[in-house]
Amino acid sequence: MTTGPMDCNELVELVTAYLDGSLDLEDRARFDTHLLECDGCENYLQQFRSTVATVGKIPFDELDPTFRNRLINAFRDWS
Amino acid sequence: MTGKAGDEEALVAALKDGNESAFAALVDRHTPTMLRVARGYVPSREIAEEVVQETWIALLKGIGSFEGRSSLRTWLFTVLINIAKRRGMRERRDADVAVMAFTGGTVDPARFRGSDDPYPGHWLPNEVPSPFPDTPEGSVLGDELITLARRELDTLPERQRVVVTMRDMLGLDSAEVCELLEISVANQRVLLHRGRAAVRRVLEDYLRETP
Repeated sequence: MTTGPMDCNELVELVTAYLDGSLDLEDRARFDTHLLECDGCENYLQQFRSTVATVGKIPFDELDPTFRNRLINAFRDWS
Repeated sequence: MTGKAGDEEALVAALKDGNESAFAALVDRHTPTMLRVARGYVPSREIAEEVVQETWIALLKGIGSFEGRSSLRTWLFTVLINIAKRRGMRERRDADVAVMAFTGGTVDPARFRGSDDPYPGHWLPNEVPSPFPDTPEGSVLGDELITLARRELDTLPERQRVVVTMRDMLGLDSAEVCELLEISVANQRVLLHRGRAAVRRVLEDYLRETP
């Protein structure tokens, strides 16, 4: 790991670790310092957060009633 | 969470007494996510349904000795994944090695300045990312992005898809995912990051083309 300033192409690979709070303090400081002066990376982070939020809105598949009945019947067979 | 956990305890107790509506309630609560996860291991929806059914039957068989030391959800997913792995047609080991061996970046390197530039590794002026727009609940653009994200999620390599699904759709935390999939924290993070980055790329491409 380098200890100098962080470049944009390094930062983009650390976003998930940053969001999980799993960067060590040194890297977290380099990340935060870079963000202060780089609009592109600030925007990249925003895009990433927005992506995670979008995935979180994907609806679950409806439970197919036929399959649900099959499960309930399996219960009846068993009990 | 406590309310729901307590409620789940009551359902499990009722299930031990052979209560059908308790079973139906648990099926309704957990089956959609179980199908989604199973689908990450097996080639068809039909097989995923068989895996889910087998898991519920395993619960019925084991419910008498289920002591609630782990949550029901953890129990269900652990059993589900074991069954799904056995049914999985694809060669998993190769896929794993491929994921870890791939060391390339998740952003096109052509978007960054080269080593001959005074600011190597920084965004090129015409490649600087722009923020994604706010999309209110139910807006047309918001729905389009969700559809795109879903489509991309379905095309991800299976381990990435399963990790992103568990983390970002089911809301499990890193420790839970590592335990369920028996992978290291570092591996989990790589898979999650690559999966999210692939979805981000698709959304960005779409938004760049949309005026």
